Amino acid sequence: MQRRTLIRALAAVTALGTLAACGDSSDSAASTSGADAIIQIGSLYEPQNLDNTAGGGQGVTEALNGNVYEGLFTLTDSGKVEPLLAKENTVSADGLTYTFTLQPNVKFHSGKALTSADVKASIEAVTAENSKSARKSSLPEIKEIATPDDATVVVTLGARSISFVYNLSYIWIVNSAATDRTTAADGTGPYKLGEWKRGSTLTLTRSDSYWGTAAKNAGVVFHYFTDATALNNALLTNAVDVVTSEQSPDALAQFTGNAAYTVNNGQSTTKLLLAYNDKVEPFNNVKVRQALSQAIDDEKLRTSIWGEYGTAIGSMVPPSDPWYEDLTAVNAYNVDAAKALLTEAGFPNGFAFTLDTPNYDPHPTAATFIKTELAKIGVTVTINTITSDEWYTKVYKERNFQATLQEHVNDRDVVWYGNPDFYWGYSNTQVTQLIEAAEQATTTDEQTALLKQANKIIAAEAASDWLYLYPQIVVASSKLQGYPVNGLNAQFFAYGITKS
Amino acid sequence: MIPYLLRRTAILIGSLVLAAVALFVLLRLLPGDPANALLPVGATAEQIEAARQALGTDTPLPTQFLTWLADVATLDLGQSLISTLPVGPEIAARLPVTVPLTLAAFVLAVLVAVPVGVFAAARADRWYGPVINAVAQFGIAVPAFWVGLLLITTFALRLQVLPAGGFPPDGWASPDLAIEALILPVVTVALVMSASLIRYVRAATLDVLDADYLRTARALGESPVEAFRRHGLRNASVPVIAVLAMELATTFLGAVVVESVFALPGLGGMLTKGISQHDYPVIQGVMLVSTATVLLVGFAGDVVQRLVDPRLRQRAAS
Repeated sequence: MQRRTLIRALAAVTALGTLAACGDSSDSAASTSGADAIIQIGSLYEPQNLDNTAGGGQGVTEALNGNVYEGLFTLTDSGKVEPLLAKENTVSADGLTYTFTLQPNVKFHSGKALTSADVKASIEAVTAENSKSARKSSLPEIKEIATPDDATVVVTLGARSISFVYNLSYIWIVNSAATDRTTAADGTGPYKLGEWKRGSTLTLTRSDSYWGTAAKNAGVVFHYFTDATALNNALLTNAVDVVTSEQSPDALAQFTGNAAYTVNNGQSTTKLLLAYNDKVEPFNNVKVRQALSQAIDDEKLRTSIWGEYGTAIGSMVPPSDPWYEDLTAVNAYNVDAAKALLTEAGFPNGFAFTLDTPNYDPHPTAATFIKTELAKIGVTVTINTITSDEWYTKVYKERNFQATLQEHVNDRDVVWYGNPDFYWGYSNTQVTQLIEAAEQATTTDEQTALLKQANKIIAAEAASDWLYLYPQIVVASSKLQGYPVNGLNAQFFAYGITKS
Repeated sequence: MIPYLLRRTAILIGSLVLAAVALFVLLRLLPGDPANALLPVGATAEQIEAARQALGTDTPLPTQFLTWLADVATLDLGQSLISTLPVGPEIAARLPVTVPLTLAAFVLAVLVAVPVGVFAAARADRWYGPVINAVAQFGIAVPAFWVGLLLITTFALRLQVLPAGGFPPDGWASPDLAIEALILPVVTVALVMSASLIRYVRAATLDVLDADYLRTARALGESPVEAFRRHGLRNASVPVIAVLAMELATTFLGAVVVESVFALPGLGGMLTKGISQHDYPVIQGVMLVSTATVLLVGFAGDVVQRLVDPRLRQRAAS
């Protein structure tokens, strides 16, 4: 009796399981195509909140920049700055007064028309005292923002700034009447915000009243993952159509040999740096820095971490910046020359230093590699593993370090070498002057020429060792077209994506 | 029974307060300041200081603690430092994933472990008794994430009958998709949980099978099955209930790993993210809810034990 009941119970459980298993799960990615398609996007970067002036993080840029919110200008996937909400833009002869004429007939998703007052309020939100915007410190001093009429904005700067227009591409124009920006969004972009299920998904639906060319799909759903394997599995089972950024080459083999998927090797702006504290012994000696940079085989490190992906760089400037120049030959790998330089610098028997290493990939791997490489020229490295939080306190704020590893994600960030107060303490008056002059330049050609000069100097002086440029790998179903492949500054324009 | 319940409730509340203090102190021992995690590279020292003031991390620890305790007493778990969104509603939004996952896995594990464990004990003299035991031992050694990956590889990637992970955007509004999403995680947790349960059930059953009262019952003419059902089962269940309560609590806490493998928007994901970002209110909120759950389950386990076993009741009354 007892046994029969048990068997019956077991049978019931099995049947339940089988029944449930019969439910078809393969259609979780919408099967419609063309203009009605909903694109399922897989990402590791969930926004913290939806406000990019209040610590929303890179996830909020990925999901909302260009999709829900728009700036006066936009940075295209190829790195060009183009006008967006600004229809026309004139600059006064002294370069201090910018007059922007807004696109006509632009409405926020709430229905309110875009006016110059919204633009003024949006710029002021970034420069505000409590702003957590990464761009706050890049903006020039703004003396006044005038709004002579609803369609015109006049910005007066305290000093000439050729990057002003570029920096404006980071400033979202937000409905000045909007009260909640952290969980709601009222922008002018091709999509309006649908629902944000925290920890899970964020839905954008096509706006029918968009002022420009409508999105080519009916909407997108961002699916957020914390585990890269789970994310790749979602792509393999068609639960998502595209993965915005693969963070390891390990999982790519299952996609590269498969015609159903396309692996795109795009360009990122993320550089892995061995940053010396240029203010302290022995790194205040140019020859020591040059010796170390020449003793480390950057290419070997890149291939051991990324295989065929990623790019060698000889300085802080990635190929997508206008002032890029191939400087990989400067301080190139040469162990004998490194030894000679070290002797010249007064360290024939090498020296020892501590390398503060963030505890997440790829820093520990890179640290071990550097330790092995530098042992060849008699330099002893002690690896000190720290959390990203400790990094901010110890390295970034207190400057209490000898050398550190860090990834720097922004484009056009070579200008930090012009700031002697930055954490790495690189100080060269000529470079500072060149970078300041570049900012005061009247033409982009002039700016480019000056920054190229500055870049050459920091490369020659080995201000840091730029180990490699990360790849930007987007893996997508082969049915998908029109997605961005470079994802500069983590943006991911979804409006051009089509699905066949 | 009533004095016992009162005493037990007092212990429960005391433990909760102690847990809250420990939680707060341990978190503050971690190095670093959450203000750092908020700001991007390029932030100025003024920006960092302003953030510290806004977060309240510049005030003395006792002040921070009392503020927090007062808020908790009014069921306000505070705001996330990072997202600035309230913690309570977010925990509430994640319970519809974690609670069904835990309960379903628990029920499934009990349904598997109790019959199998009893069977393994009753047939300890045959070859399959020890084999079940050995398989269970192996099951204990296997980490949950590995079981999860194995199930994903088989049922999601190869057979393509179940999703590899995720939860429907509209949640339980589409119950079929939600159930489908939970099947593999539930089986994963249940498998790992039942492995250890089987061994407990088997041991408890073996103990009572050797007991004198069972031999007496059989001598009085009852069949072995009848004797075990009438006298053995209840006696064997007392230690098992204590273990069940512990297992249920462990599962609730252990959902962290499984939720990450299956990309489920549950409490686990919220906790790991909170930890990586030094988001004190989030960690405190999730841990407090988890601790309270563990203590409540333990409380319930104790009470049930007493209902099942009259000896415990009498001991408490005397």
